[in-house]
Amino acid sequence: MSIDTQTAARVAKLARIKVEDDQLPALAQEFSAILGFIEQLNEVDVDGVEPMVSVTPMRLKRRKDGVTDGDRQDKILSNAPDAREGFFAVPKVVE
Amino acid sequence: MLDLTYQPPKPKVIAGAKYDWELVIGMEVHAQVSSEAKLFSGASTKFGAEPNSNVSFVDAAMPGMLPVINEFCVEQAVRTGLGLKAQINLKSAFDRKNYFYPDLPQGYQISQLYEPIVGEGEVLVDMEPGIARLVRIERIHMEQDAGKSIHDMDPHMSFVDLNRTGVALMEIVSRPDIRGPEEAAAYVTKLRQILRYLGTCDGNMQNGNLRADVNVSVCRPGQYEKYQETQDFSHLGTRCEIKNMNSMRFIQAAIEYEARRQIAIVEAGGTVDQETRLYDPDKNETRSMRSKEEAHDYRYFPDPDLLPLEIEQAWVDDIAASLPELPDEKKARFMGDFGLSEYDANVLTAETDSAAYFEAAAQGRDGKTVANWVINELFGRLNRDDTAITDSPMSPAQLGGVVDLVASDTINGKMAKDLFEIVYTEGGDPAQVAEAKGMKQVTDTGAIEAAVDEVIAANPAQVEKARENPKLAGWFVGQVMKATGGKANPKVVNQLIAQKLKD
Repeated sequence: MSIDTQTAARVAKLARIKVEDDQLPALAQEFSAILGFIEQLNEVDVDGVEPMVSVTPMRLKRRKDGVTDGDRQDKILSNAPDAREGFFAVPKVVE
Repeated sequence: MLDLTYQPPKPKVIAGAKYDWELVIGMEVHAQVSSEAKLFSGASTKFGAEPNSNVSFVDAAMPGMLPVINEFCVEQAVRTGLGLKAQINLKSAFDRKNYFYPDLPQGYQISQLYEPIVGEGEVLVDMEPGIARLVRIERIHMEQDAGKSIHDMDPHMSFVDLNRTGVALMEIVSRPDIRGPEEAAAYVTKLRQILRYLGTCDGNMQNGNLRADVNVSVCRPGQYEKYQETQDFSHLGTRCEIKNMNSMRFIQAAIEYEARRQIAIVEAGGTVDQETRLYDPDKNETRSMRSKEEAHDYRYFPDPDLLPLEIEQAWVDDIAASLPELPDEKKARFMGDFGLSEYDANVLTAETDSAAYFEAAAQGRDGKTVANWVINELFGRLNRDDTAITDSPMSPAQLGGVVDLVASDTINGKMAKDLFEIVYTEGGDPAQVAEAKGMKQVTDTGAIEAAVDEVIAANPAQVEKARENPKLAGWFVGQVMKATGGKANPKVVNQLIAQKLKD
């Protein structure tokens, strides 16, 4: 499957990554190469084989329902370009 | 147990300019899990805290932070599934739903698209006595809530609070089995009731702990039956999804508006676009959110930070064994054991606290009589004081005491209401209060007869009239009751007056 520049532009937009027009053909080509490799993998017959999700037999780690974190508004906001009255302040976004 | 059978309600029909139309509605209800901490972090879920104070580095999506699932939230999802008679999936998995918005720092919401924890179930939605709709549940999955954006604090900026970010939600998805605005509201009401019985969600809609997305489409009569037969959606109209409503009134108004909008489009020869819309309660209309449509390519994929969630059947069985009696069972039991009407049983089982109060008061007494007292007197009185039944100043034993005094003919109905008010406001043992205040009923025929004779002797003109028109006898009853300070047994008074007027 080959990816055209239009699709590459769309993927970039969905990922909110700015890509200049002149870079799109190269990007599209890279995508196509990746998908080509996936297609090759798809040739392997995996009927009846359960997908492997971990190389070691592990069980999803759980936590108890207790408050063990929080109360650090200053640290949470410390990287924000703009914060006011305890809130992150961002350019207006309204539906 | 009493086996109740129901007729399905008639679907709502809206007359368009040309044809009649029916509504088809499916709902996605987001219910916040009643947990202390969030789904994947140890930050608090408490409502109304200082902005950004209930936030961990996981919720803020700091690089390198990993989610660890809250086992209690999983248990609540399973409990909810069991309460909706649904299939529990011992293996489920988490996926990322990708989109960008300022209140979603991860850039994705962790959800369960491909393998939800709960499969098919059902909810019986009561409409009126003998009428109910069985709504099929398609699935329930767990997911993270987003943060909150506030747009009205500054003219140029939006303010973001991440306290709600990462709180556990259960998304309960129904099949399109709901057929009108009232049914939609009744469905949410019933779901809320079951969740509150189970204790898995507090159902507080004002705080946004229960919110609904509503899918609405319209079709000509007969089409829906074809869909039900084949489960083929092509028999139905194109649906629109109205997002994020947290009031029963808005849900109904939005459905009504949206159905009429679609009918107008189709009758004018147009086609309905499948899209997401927002309801504006101020203007009572729905508006397209098309600006976001392109961004809504969520590119779901399995979350590589989380292994599949595997639970054991024995654990599920333990949860099943700890389920409380649910609304449908409680209602059937109240009707069977206490002889209540379906209406009364519905009212009393709406909340577990009212049901518990009634049961305590009805123990060893006539259920119907106690139900009347609880519903007509106690609820009315509590309502006037804006008091919850759990804070009722009158205990079930006290209410039962008043009922006993009437049942044993110790006081009459009129006095019982006065006694109720005294015990409600001042407390005390009803029997002792009745005694102390001299409220006991006079059943001594001699004393009543004397009072009757006196009234008759004093009002010869009225006696003449009453002999011609027996309906006027009521006036005499009133006079005698007044003369006896309201304590006479009304039955005896009635009998004596009827007899004396005949003589």
